[in-house]
Amino acid sequence: MSGPTIGTRGLILNEPLIFEQGSPGRVGYSLPAADVPEKKADKLIPPKLLRDDIPGFPEVSEVDVIRHFTRMSQWNYGIDLGFYPLGSCTMKYNPRLNEDMARLPGFARAHPYQPEEVSQGALQLLWELEQYLAEICGMDRVSLQPSAGAHGELLGIMLIRAYHTSKGSPRKKIIIPDSAHGTNPASSAVCGYQVIPVKSGSRGVVEPQAVAEVMDEEVAGIMVTNPNTLGIFEDHIVEIARIVHGKGGQVYCDGANLNAFVGIARPGDMGIDVIQLNVHKTFSTPHGGGGPGAGPVAMKRHLAPFTPVPTVEKKGSRFTLNYNIPKSVGKVRSFYGSFGVLVRAYTYIRSMGPAGLRRAAEVSVINANYILSQLKGTYHLPYDRFCKHECVFDDAIQMHDNVKTLDIAKRLMDYGFHPPTIYFPLIVHGALMIEPTETESKETLDQFIAAMKAIAREAKENGDLVRGAPHYPRVSRMDETKAARQPNLRWRPKA
Amino acid sequence: MRYIPNTDADCRQMLDAIGVRSVEDLFADIPAAVRLKRPLRIPPALSEADLAKVIGGLAAKNADVGRYSAFLGAGCYNHFSPAIIGHLISRGEFLTAYTPYQPEISQGTLQTMYEYQTLICQLTGMEVSNASMYEGASATAEAVLMAHRLTGRNEVVVARSVHPEYRQVTHTYAQQINLSFKEVPFTSAGAADPRKAKELLSDKTACLVVQNPNFFGVVEDLTEMAATARAVGALLVVAVPEPVSLGILKPPGECGADIVAGEGQALGVPMSYGGPYLGFFATREKYIRQMPGRLVGATEDREGRTGYVLTLATREQHIRREKATSNICTSEALIATIATIYMETLGKNGLREVALQNLRKASYAKEKLARVKGGNLRFSGPTFNEFVLQVKKKPADVLKGLLKKQIIGGLELGRFYPELKDCLLVCVTEQNSREEIDALAKAMGGGR
Repeated sequence: MSGPTIGTRGLILNEPLIFEQGSPGRVGYSLPAADVPEKKADKLIPPKLLRDDIPGFPEVSEVDVIRHFTRMSQWNYGIDLGFYPLGSCTMKYNPRLNEDMARLPGFARAHPYQPEEVSQGALQLLWELEQYLAEICGMDRVSLQPSAGAHGELLGIMLIRAYHTSKGSPRKKIIIPDSAHGTNPASSAVCGYQVIPVKSGSRGVVEPQAVAEVMDEEVAGIMVTNPNTLGIFEDHIVEIARIVHGKGGQVYCDGANLNAFVGIARPGDMGIDVIQLNVHKTFSTPHGGGGPGAGPVAMKRHLAPFTPVPTVEKKGSRFTLNYNIPKSVGKVRSFYGSFGVLVRAYTYIRSMGPAGLRRAAEVSVINANYILSQLKGTYHLPYDRFCKHECVFDDAIQMHDNVKTLDIAKRLMDYGFHPPTIYFPLIVHGALMIEPTETESKETLDQFIAAMKAIAREAKENGDLVRGAPHYPRVSRMDETKAARQPNLRWRPKA
Repeated sequence: MRYIPNTDADCRQMLDAIGVRSVEDLFADIPAAVRLKRPLRIPPALSEADLAKVIGGLAAKNADVGRYSAFLGAGCYNHFSPAIIGHLISRGEFLTAYTPYQPEISQGTLQTMYEYQTLICQLTGMEVSNASMYEGASATAEAVLMAHRLTGRNEVVVARSVHPEYRQVTHTYAQQINLSFKEVPFTSAGAADPRKAKELLSDKTACLVVQNPNFFGVVEDLTEMAATARAVGALLVVAVPEPVSLGILKPPGECGADIVAGEGQALGVPMSYGGPYLGFFATREKYIRQMPGRLVGATEDREGRTGYVLTLATREQHIRREKATSNICTSEALIATIATIYMETLGKNGLREVALQNLRKASYAKEKLARVKGGNLRFSGPTFNEFVLQVKKKPADVLKGLLKKQIIGGLELGRFYPELKDCLLVCVTEQNSREEIDALAKAMGGGR
């Protein structure tokens, strides 16, 4: 390949499972010498409650472990390696200052139950972060407790349920547009709600009329993602909120895409009652291969009486944990939240300031529209209009040559890029959902655009090349059917 | 702004290519009425150096276990963590990757998760483990919901000796679908009362939830509890907030547990003022279709090479939506990676040795503190690395006195158990030297 390709083959090493390495008696650790009497375990605990051995556990040296994980790491793609335009996942650069701050001993080595008087720095950080997030969202209070975005959604729905229950009945249904993330209906179902879908209109947004038709006094609320998963701003949001509020319902916003308008508009000013923030998206904390995240929930005043315990309050110059919230839903996890992740988000917000946060939103939208403008025509655009932070194409043109979205995605790997989100949102057949984020330069976007155009040409001229992709990674396409039909979920010693 | 590469000139070129005059045109769809017409009221941007000073100042206001001698556990444990962990998880290939939806370029994360699942099965004695949950309390709540789905029953029996926050979180989850709760009291040994458990369990019970070691540090007899649950067709859910104990304790799987939900923080994860942590979740093979969370499975590629993929996704929200087994999406992959590196580095002998050191040091401290003036061991049962100490003086005053000597002496139990308001929960790990333990005993009034 020539031209847009940045992917090449480096020296990648094979590495067996750890269980197939090592030898009896090999050690990778050192522990302090015993300084108390070395009593036998069975003198302290009845033998029937003890084990002798952990069968199968490895015995390897420190060097073995370092090589094992370093070799495996090289089979992974990350933002540090290159462009990762996974739509809706907001794979922006993860600043390293954030990592250093989270690892300061005063944070990383602090116990959650240590006395408040020796936790004032941590509490101050949480209190200030709550103020920042409330201001960014135009809300009154924020619970920092949820562990990830979906966990935040769950808490948001619990708050709505508690609110309605306090008025007499939890109600029965939640309205969810067909373009929603799968977590929205799942979170509603965990709270016992029946899901009422509404279809998006021809402009790619929810039409107020469609909401009005299903809105009644059995509906607890609506969950709207804004901008939605097509990357389009739900421009009827104010009207939709009025319809829902008119029947006593609550408006939940899935804030997964808040990064598109931070500093430009605020959910709380649009009639939204409650929203979760994915700090591993909007506020730059790393995804780590699937977590940890944090999913703070920002809410209007009327939902605050139901917030989980504890909240952080400021009394004079002292910060304190408040467990006295009589109508609280309780707790959705232990302690106070993903504190270390929240330290990273706090660091990011203070690195960016108000102007920087707004600039991030603007550039993310410019970058997405730039890709949209350059690939339009080469790839089919199901909703042909400006987008916010992400754009959605599909494979309608390439399907004439029997090349589908999955093939395009896999072929992108050979060019050195992570594929976009594929086959989502479900309302676009063969969707390719591209989110560049603001942390990519125009040169990177141009390389990606060139690669996408090259793949479109290949689809016409040499479809097998695309259908056989990827050719460069250490492994080719996996047999997922076999994985599901004959589940092999753990190593076992060979018989 | 150093995180945003495109300059005004770059943006101008792109806007021209898009065919708009200004970035404002791209936001025209946000109604003017809801636009923010002022800058956000948050502090202005700080340089890297200035910000590091500000945040460093906040961190310095907190006690940390390097500067204080700490005897706090209660669901978060101060264990030694090998230096290599911080270095390996800082590799951008692990740190800055997403959930491994594209297996060809995610084999590092996927093989790590496969090893993690295996290690959790070996540690707990269970047949299958998922690739992680958020943390111990919500994992326990998910275990209860799973037991409800499997049995179709609506009643949950929980031991009072389960971590109070785990009980609270479980209750928060379960009340959404109106499950009801009954509580098993604890005995003078500090263990869940087996006779009361038997009385409370019935053919309406979805599961019995116990913790091991329990919140008081006492080692429970899980085998007896499993038999009690099985007798009425209920499942046994075992919560394990301190998995280092499994270096020496009989694994719940061998005792008849149906679901093990635990907290992986003890496995090399920083205490970090309460999170991020790691929920681990393991069960029997026959229950796999009702299991929440991601699963990684081995398979092969087109050339027959072994590789790993996310599998059995038909349980999950992105496929099944409202019919999914859970709403969980992002979980704790990087923290699970920490636990994996920890377990592999310590290995078979290391984990056993750490567990033994915890047992011995806690036992030494227990004997010492039982002899201080006004001190008394509240429970008679065998304990792992925590125990309950009854004190004559108000526990709050005892702790205040200790804090003046840079000692964080334990947890006041009265905040969770009114009946134990004269008690402290004391934790001793391999990080507490004999010297520290002696200093604690001396500060509490010395020998009797």
